[in-house]
Amino acid sequence: MTTETDSMNTQAGDATEGKLTTPFAGGLAENRAHSVDMADETTKIEVRDLELYYGNDRTLKNINLLIPEKKVTAFIGPSGCGKSTLLRCFNRMNDLVDTCRITGQIILDGKNIYDRDVDVAELRRSVGMVFQKPNPFPKSIYENVAYGLRLQGVHGKRDLDEVVERSLRAAALWDEVKDRLNDNAFGMSGGQQQRLVIARAIAIEPEVILLDEPASALDPISTAKVEELIYELKEQYTIVIVTHNMQQAARVSDYTAFMYLGDLVEFDHTEAIFTNPALKQTEDYITGRYG
Amino acid sequence: MDKLHFDQHISRHFNEELELIKSQMLTMGGKVETQLDDAVAALLDADSGLARDVVFREEEIDALEVQIDEDCTTLIARRQPAASDLRMVMAVSKTIRDLERIGDESKKIAKMAIILSEEGDAPRGYIEVRHIASGVRKMLHDSLDAFTRYDSDAALKTLKADDQIDLEYKSALRELITYMMEDPRSISRVMNVLWALRSLERVGDHAKNICEHTVYLVKGKDIRHGNTEALDS
Repeated sequence: MTTETDSMNTQAGDATEGKLTTPFAGGLAENRAHSVDMADETTKIEVRDLELYYGNDRTLKNINLLIPEKKVTAFIGPSGCGKSTLLRCFNRMNDLVDTCRITGQIILDGKNIYDRDVDVAELRRSVGMVFQKPNPFPKSIYENVAYGLRLQGVHGKRDLDEVVERSLRAAALWDEVKDRLNDNAFGMSGGQQQRLVIARAIAIEPEVILLDEPASALDPISTAKVEELIYELKEQYTIVIVTHNMQQAARVSDYTAFMYLGDLVEFDHTEAIFTNPALKQTEDYITGRYG
Repeated sequence: MDKLHFDQHISRHFNEELELIKSQMLTMGGKVETQLDDAVAALLDADSGLARDVVFREEEIDALEVQIDEDCTTLIARRQPAASDLRMVMAVSKTIRDLERIGDESKKIAKMAIILSEEGDAPRGYIEVRHIASGVRKMLHDSLDAFTRYDSDAALKTLKADDQIDLEYKSALRELITYMMEDPRSISRVMNVLWALRSLERVGDHAKNICEHTVYLVKGKDIRHGNTEALDS
């Protein structure tokens, strides 16, 4: 498998005028490559020849990908395919892993985030992240949302009140919690906690929001609320979501990337991936034939 | 569960997508009604200009069918609709096929209108055409109306009108055959009228199908092929 994909992974990202060609690695890329029409999109993040190793294991193999601005891009694929690892590259969360080594580039708004002069704290401020399990701080609802702002030195009560309300409204949570802002966040339901964490992420006005299986611990109704929230948030933010739930990717995303064993197998408009994928490997996965 | 609500999903976008396929289908229905009206008027008034318009506009109907079908496929792929939502997508998908066929039949009538107008000389059978056409047009209109209002009772009432149209078609057929036997020189002209009548009768069948799709949408029961007992179970 390794030698085969190695030989296939030679394609590089190539942006031609008005049309961005997103290459994909994987078994059949050479003869089945097709261009994805992204003429109407602005590129927010460009992944160029990205390779990631944990020790000697090559976990991500020559990933080339464009993430469009103010759209939802979903990563799908079986466990261990590298989708969460790739997501964590976007705000350098993998820096925290000692054995992790990365080559290639991730270009956010024209700047490689792996350049030496990049301030990682600043990067994470503009690229927020929400995890699978809601992780509110053991503080009040209000303080959870205000926390990031306080860290940035915002202390005026009026400023904080305004941002807290705006963020909670944006996270479709305001009406449910406005009368108990000083209650401990742990008293909220799982779905509310997850929306609180999203409110906390958007309070500091990031540009990109990374969601790592944000609804996998939630019941169907809470899931639907979070999904609707994601749909609303893309008006303002670029969203990248990792999900095990293919149907969720189908519902919420504009673009879908299918990954398998560290390869980016296919990337296309979500509609195309779910109605007529170009590769049999993708078709087999989304129709439940393997994975 | 008689009352259908397609505007109460947590996902507002899902509401909009369902609303869109329905409203597009109704737009298509309106265009098809116009096609049928114009085709019949062209035939009765020997207006070949109007008939050519009908033939020309057929492409619009076909394009709408393709568009709505694609939207239905996307909706199924992306939303995995269930229960009444699923029935809605299926009903729309089937109804647009019937509408497209009605468009085809209208085009056939328009083509007969062109041929007949070029021959001049009002042939026999126009009274029958006028009569059956008015029944069929009402049926089509009522079937779309019942769909719009999710009114299965109105749909059931409308689909019964098809039996009457079939009877009248048979009676008109007998009459026109008599004309042809009396005056074999009229055969080619009368045959053209007969084709138009045949198309009208088919339109009635498609309108009946639309009523059946409406009952399926509202009640979840399949009453095709005269299986109205399904409603009692």
